[in-house]
Amino acid sequence: MTKTETAVDTKYLFKRYETWWVKVAVPRSLRKKLGYDLRKSLQTHDLEQAQEARWAVAEEFRARIEKAQRETESKSANQDSNMVDIEVASPQKTAGARQVDEYIVEIVSDSGEGAQKCGQVLGLVSGKMGNGVWTVEIIPAEIQPPARERQGASGIRVRMGSKEMTNMGDEAEMVVAFNEQVLYSRIGNHAYKKGTVVLLESMWAEDPEEKIRNQYKDALADFAAQGLVVHELPIQKECLKLVPDPRKGKNMFVLGMLCRIFSRDIDTAKNEIAKIFKKKSDKVIKINHDLFDAGFAFAQENLDYAFEISTAEEDRMESPVVINGNTAVGLGVMAAGIELVAMYPITPATSASHYLAEDFHLTGGFVHQAEDEIAAIGFAIGASYAGKTACTITSGPGMALKTEMIGLAVMAEVPLVIVDVQRGSPSTGLPTKVEQGDLLSSLYGAAGDAPKVVIAAATISECFHFVVMARKLAESFRTPVIILTDANLATGVQPIERPEVTDEWFAPPLDQSSWDKEVAPYNWDETTGLSERPIPGMRGGEYILTGLAHNRNSKIAYDSASNQEGMNMRSRKLATLGATLKPPEIHGDPTGDLLIVGWGSTLGAIEEAVDRARAQGHKVSSVHLRFLSPLEPGLKKIFSGFKKVMTIEINYSDDPDSPLINEENRRISQLALVLRAHTLMDIQCWSKVPGHPLQPGAIGKVIQANLTETEGAEACSA
Amino acid sequence: MFGLKGDWSLEVKDRYFTLEDYCGAEPRWCTGCGDHGILAAVHRVCRESQIAPEKTVAVSGIGCSSRLPHYMKTYGFHGLHGRALPVACGVKSRRPDLDVWVATGDGDCFSIGAAHWIHAMRYNMDITLLVFDNGIYGLTKKQTSPTTPLDVPTNTHPSGALLPPLNPLTVTLGVTNISFVAQIVDWNAPLRHEVIRRAHEHKGTSFVRIIQRCPVYVESIGKALQDEPARMQLLTHEKGVQVADNVKRLFPNHAEHDPSDIAAALAIAADDSVLPLGILYHNPDAPRYDMMTSVGMEMSVDEKLAGMNRALDNFAI
Repeated sequence: MTKTETAVDTKYLFKRYETWWVKVAVPRSLRKKLGYDLRKSLQTHDLEQAQEARWAVAEEFRARIEKAQRETESKSANQDSNMVDIEVASPQKTAGARQVDEYIVEIVSDSGEGAQKCGQVLGLVSGKMGNGVWTVEIIPAEIQPPARERQGASGIRVRMGSKEMTNMGDEAEMVVAFNEQVLYSRIGNHAYKKGTVVLLESMWAEDPEEKIRNQYKDALADFAAQGLVVHELPIQKECLKLVPDPRKGKNMFVLGMLCRIFSRDIDTAKNEIAKIFKKKSDKVIKINHDLFDAGFAFAQENLDYAFEISTAEEDRMESPVVINGNTAVGLGVMAAGIELVAMYPITPATSASHYLAEDFHLTGGFVHQAEDEIAAIGFAIGASYAGKTACTITSGPGMALKTEMIGLAVMAEVPLVIVDVQRGSPSTGLPTKVEQGDLLSSLYGAAGDAPKVVIAAATISECFHFVVMARKLAESFRTPVIILTDANLATGVQPIERPEVTDEWFAPPLDQSSWDKEVAPYNWDETTGLSERPIPGMRGGEYILTGLAHNRNSKIAYDSASNQEGMNMRSRKLATLGATLKPPEIHGDPTGDLLIVGWGSTLGAIEEAVDRARAQGHKVSSVHLRFLSPLEPGLKKIFSGFKKVMTIEINYSDDPDSPLINEENRRISQLALVLRAHTLMDIQCWSKVPGHPLQPGAIGKVIQANLTETEGAEACSA
Repeated sequence: MFGLKGDWSLEVKDRYFTLEDYCGAEPRWCTGCGDHGILAAVHRVCRESQIAPEKTVAVSGIGCSSRLPHYMKTYGFHGLHGRALPVACGVKSRRPDLDVWVATGDGDCFSIGAAHWIHAMRYNMDITLLVFDNGIYGLTKKQTSPTTPLDVPTNTHPSGALLPPLNPLTVTLGVTNISFVAQIVDWNAPLRHEVIRRAHEHKGTSFVRIIQRCPVYVESIGKALQDEPARMQLLTHEKGVQVADNVKRLFPNHAEHDPSDIAAALAIAADDSVLPLGILYHNPDAPRYDMMTSVGMEMSVDEKLAGMNRALDNFAI
């Protein structure tokens, strides 16, 4: 994409996302007026066409520059009209923009000021420009918490990079804050470092309330003392020039600023803005475009920050789609040919159903909003029983309510896909924040022994593909399948390779052929535990499904032999599935000092931390489990290649240094507990419940601390 | 009867279903239990409808009543306590071709499943809902149910139920979008059959509360009504249930009631001096959720693939 790559004549030309553009540099004296250069798309991918078309455009630009020169010389130029020229010039690439590999920016505001929308568009535009992107939303639990309150901070982090971004990264390098109080909540979360640039709304300095003015003044001093580089910006004032109430719209101004700072493509951004307001009038779109332009121009004139993050052709995805994890789940439901999702509103899972409510009709599906969580899964089980394998999407508290129904689906072997978008727990916990707290309850939550398939998506792409896999597993193994995702994946926006959906992914058409009367409804294969199920409508297959202990004929059976056989068969299915799985891939060398074991959304952060440690010469590796029930095979063998094995998870464990805690009574994290029981090995753990995703820096410290322990030590006796 | 129609034309069907085709295992309810009669009526109505057994699904929760599916030779779903309705609605949602029955009881429906009762009535999917109301928890051995009459002693309230019983009819009639509400007693076979037949015929959720005798735990409830028929009132109307004169004569009290009149139905239901029998309310035109949940079912694989690609296009770069 750079001209240096080509030996051909590209005078005045440069290529941007396959399209050729003309660029003419502006003399220094005119830059304030015209921008660093004038540029225009030739709207062609073809070099020869571009070579031919460039002269006219270059000529036009030169004429404009000359005209401006004459105007300046005669001092007759009207200051106000300069803006028009700047807009026409559309300087998307800022001369002197610093090339960086990646950048983390945050936008924080009071709830309802649209910081998230702003960041989402920034992420989307970056993704569309080929960058790797990871976004994390900062969501208060209340819809309208009081203004200027630290607890009520609402916002988003956008990590953009030239390569694929797999996690939220460490401290942000820049933050746009709509007030100083919300910034404090992020400072409390160690979101920033010395030198982080703060673009702060300055309106509070002139607030009619003295208390607010003082708070603002104190904060300025405080931020400076902490080493933050604060720029006070009259964002409100600038927006007031365009709209009467900038509370709505300020975010688009900020988006314009950020698009200028990060050299984002203006047209792409404006298209996304138009999409957001597509249901509103053209006037609304226009106002938001104007705010965007104003923000862009404001940053151009007033801020010296300019970065370019470019992605090399070979690092670009062939055909990316930019989605978050919940949308990915929704799309996965559609691609799996699932026709029905039954749900009850629960944060942070609901947006998956929101998406489906929007697009499910495209594949003929329907979203049933049930009266409660139990009814939601009951409805899905009903549809599944009737041959239309359905899906229910929920979060921890919903899972707790669904537990009895999950047990029924296990007992009666009803295929079912259950998505649990995990959040902080227990009880109502942290509704909007991430946790990996539902592993044990998913595995063992139901009454008695209720073996089922539990898988955990580690990436946004897996949020999609695992639903497709889950439906197939559910039907092949006649079992509920729980997919664990979490609040981090749910709201994280990332470009992923576009899935090539084929009709084989869809559920097969409803089988209504006759059933051989001689075949029992639970005709368990002794070795595998598998059986085929009759579906209502199949003549000869009539049976009464029951949650009571039953025999192969689905007849209630209280006798010991039948009960034991049923338990055996349901459990054996897991062994059958387990036998088809491969051992997990090891990230790093197969032997070493330390092995980190993770599951779920921590994949990117763990691997980034492991890579950093390995780059420093440490013998660290990691494995990431997708199948939690049944567990992937070969774990014991993998673990024995390392002096120390530990899990890193976002769930609770006692800190070993806490009062009263010793090796014997320490409550360890969930996967560690499972792995200990599974391997009889000394699996250690480090886990925290910070309410935000784990960051590579924090994991790096854990790795360092544990390495000091093991490096030089003898291999642990297995 | 084999295909000979009223106009003497002969309709030859591939299959003709007899009672036996719908009768499953031998019922294990107690002797004298009202459930036997209800089951017999269900079998008969199934036979009259000639809907294939494999197209029939009986869904139930937990309790004595909920054993009903096991006594059917159709498909059946004997699920969780209180949760028959969500499952039944789920079955119907994408399989409108199936004939769905729900058997539930006063504990199952009015207590643990109360939320589903209310909402399923509002969904108004095409389901026949029979509530076997014996005023007691039978399967768990005599605990107070929401409809246990005052002062009837139970194992949880040995000195008698403390609160006045719930009136399921006023509750049901108070739900938006209800379409069929009826009440019968299990021991009057012609009325029982006729109301269940009409309920089954109705397109929408038909709620039938059946006062059902439990001779083992609360014999007094049924006996009081049987001994004193004047405590019941038969609702008559040309749009209501039609029974022979000899059946009518069994009830000293009659009241002419137009089942399309919701206000009158509510007034009748609220009057606890007498037990109304027959159809209280019938509205064949209430919106049906199953017509909405089944959208898109006819879509071809190619259409779905095209739709899937359109969906992905929205996120493409």
